[in-house]
Amino acid sequence: MDFKTALFIIFAVVLIGAALRVITARNPVHAALYLVLSFFSAAAIWMTLRAEFLSIALVLVYVGAVMVLFLFVVMMLDINLDKLREGFWNYFPIAAVVGVLIVLEMALVLIKTFLVPDAVAPVLGANSSNTRDLGILIFTDYVFAFEIAAAILLVAIIAAVALTLRRRKDTKGQNPAEQIHTRRADRVRLVAMASEGKD
Amino acid sequence: MLTFSLGLTHYLVLGAILFAISVIGIFLNRKNVIVLLMAIELMLLAVNTNFIAFSHYLGDYGGQVFVFFVLTVAAAESAIGLAILVLLFRNLNTINVEDLDQLKG
Repeated sequence: MDFKTALFIIFAVVLIGAALRVITARNPVHAALYLVLSFFSAAAIWMTLRAEFLSIALVLVYVGAVMVLFLFVVMMLDINLDKLREGFWNYFPIAAVVGVLIVLEMALVLIKTFLVPDAVAPVLGANSSNTRDLGILIFTDYVFAFEIAAAILLVAIIAAVALTLRRRKDTKGQNPAEQIHTRRADRVRLVAMASEGKD
Repeated sequence: MLTFSLGLTHYLVLGAILFAISVIGIFLNRKNVIVLLMAIELMLLAVNTNFIAFSHYLGDYGGQVFVFFVLTVAAAESAIGLAILVLLFRNLNTINVEDLDQLKG
């Protein structure tokens, strides 16, 4: 067993344990923190597959942004946990049966048919950087998909802002349209009057 | 144990286990929308692991590019999902799925 295999086993065990805690943790904050742990372990496993850029992106984007968003929302809401946990284990037997069946069926197919040992695998980017290769691909072959992804992110920003925007009655703000349409006559009044000399 | 040699199968089975765990999580946390969203994130992680494993063992960068786009869409999805969740809590003061029955006749 070489070093890479040992790493894979360690991180896979941590990943599965953290994933199990995500779905069973009582407190949603704990669930979010265990999800962070599982993202980290998954990033390490992606490293063993030589996907450096994506594993760093997973840590930066997911742990850095999405999970912080999750934590924000979880901490903002005042949740009645007892009500949410009511009958938590009711469906566990059927869920466990379905889950074990999914794993067994997939393993049955995967173990025999996709047996590609490490030695046979072609080495991607042996003398170039993963980030550089991915960047070249994204900006040439996949450039339209890349632009669509940018549009999707823009739509997500606008949707998130539009959904959570709340207009309050006592908010004091500017009305730009009114400001632009103001004429001089609205603000300044010239009055003709005789000067009041002292003499 | 000494004959254990790492290969594509192990990554795929790991992805399958992760996927099954998140399916179980959706069954268990059927009332809590936040944990449902987290289970969906785990599911996407399992799928991404499969993509990267195939990309590595096929010697093709296509899988990694696809994971890049899946990550983008997943980030957008969780942002909008959490925005909807905040809106829901603001209007109904609950995130229990069983209380969301306004459309019921």
